[in-house]
Amino acid sequence: MRWLSDDKLNRLRSVVSEAEFSATKYTFVKELGRGGMGAVYLAEDRELDRLVAIKILNTPALTEDLGNRMIREAQIIAGLEHPGIVPVHDVGTLADGRIFYAMKYVRGSRLDEYAAQGASLRDRLRKFQSVCDAVAFAHAHGVIHRDLKPQNIMIGSFGEVLVLDWGVAKIRDDPRSSAVYQTGDGTVIGTRNYMSPEQARGENDQLDERADIYSLGAVLSFLLNDQPKVSKVANAIAAKAMASAKESRYTTASELSSDIARLLDAEPVSAYRENAFERVSRWVGKNRFLVLLVLAYLLMRIFLIFTSRS
Amino acid sequence: MSKPLIGVILGAVLGVIDGLTAWFTPAVRNELFGIVIGSTIKGIIAGIAIGFFAKKFHSLPIGILFGVLVGAFLAWLVAFMQGGYYFEIILPGTLVGLIVGFATQKYGTPVEAN
Repeated sequence: MRWLSDDKLNRLRSVVSEAEFSATKYTFVKELGRGGMGAVYLAEDRELDRLVAIKILNTPALTEDLGNRMIREAQIIAGLEHPGIVPVHDVGTLADGRIFYAMKYVRGSRLDEYAAQGASLRDRLRKFQSVCDAVAFAHAHGVIHRDLKPQNIMIGSFGEVLVLDWGVAKIRDDPRSSAVYQTGDGTVIGTRNYMSPEQARGENDQLDERADIYSLGAVLSFLLNDQPKVSKVANAIAAKAMASAKESRYTTASELSSDIARLLDAEPVSAYRENAFERVSRWVGKNRFLVLLVLAYLLMRIFLIFTSRS
Repeated sequence: MSKPLIGVILGAVLGVIDGLTAWFTPAVRNELFGIVIGSTIKGIIAGIAIGFFAKKFHSLPIGILFGVLVGAFLAWLVAFMQGGYYFEIILPGTLVGLIVGFATQKYGTPVEAN
């Protein structure tokens, strides 16, 4: 028996990992990433002469009906026109029957890479708020993402925030939605550290917007994790979003976004009941310059009183 | 709250406090009531001027500068009419102008353009 050299083995591996785009208008460039649901490739759109990101889902569309449903879902997701949602350009089927989505190729860093680059807490919260706004928009259009995590959020080269990977999204009030992946209750979809308890139990029929809110809480928790000085309020917001019972979470992503906005503006948030001392401290922190001016005024008054007496 | 309203309220409150501190100066304690009234009116006039300025010009540094100038000028006018206590009147008056100038720019609601 002859052994293959490492070089030959690596070459074989790369050929096997290359997606087969022969029946499409795309040319394979390189693999961008791989996850449980599928892989994402950088490809060139030969017709429009531009780079696109192509997600190929692992499971083939076994029947025509399933394929049509997935294409319908892609159409709905493509209809989510929002600056925070990566646009879907195209959807189709590969020669081997697997479904693919072609999306805008976003240049920039993933949220986890952005955080690792040392972004300040304030910047992280601002980016997180943009994520909440994008997810709230999708929810308002009946779409639940189901796989929100830092790796699925991109910070573009202009600082814009884009939520990616809507390939396993669920269309609310559509029992047939994502049937390929759900195969009914019991199949777990998502990423373990970021999924809600009900999602981890595979209760796919019961999932609603609050499953995404749990994931957003987990993303927030990730962003707060390595920060040296995180306020109790920020932690309380993450904890409320990640409550085990979905009834205890924020009802909408907009509510979560509003609490983040209030936190950034040093306003009281719904997730945390502050005591009188904390209320005064927050007010003083927010109005530091005015407080300093009034103190300066009082000091000057005391000074004048003493000088007039002497 | 509108910028002129903040100016009037803050000017009046600080004017009252400003006037009441005259109690610590025994030589003028008998005239305390008149001083408080005068100081309050001065504060209100300064607040109106600074508030309307802030409504027109949306700039924190310029607002503070205008507040300082108005506060100092009105205080100088009072000291001039009193014929003394220049330092004791102009210094607090200037600081009151500074505070009102800052607060109107920072906390006043800008008027929306039609």
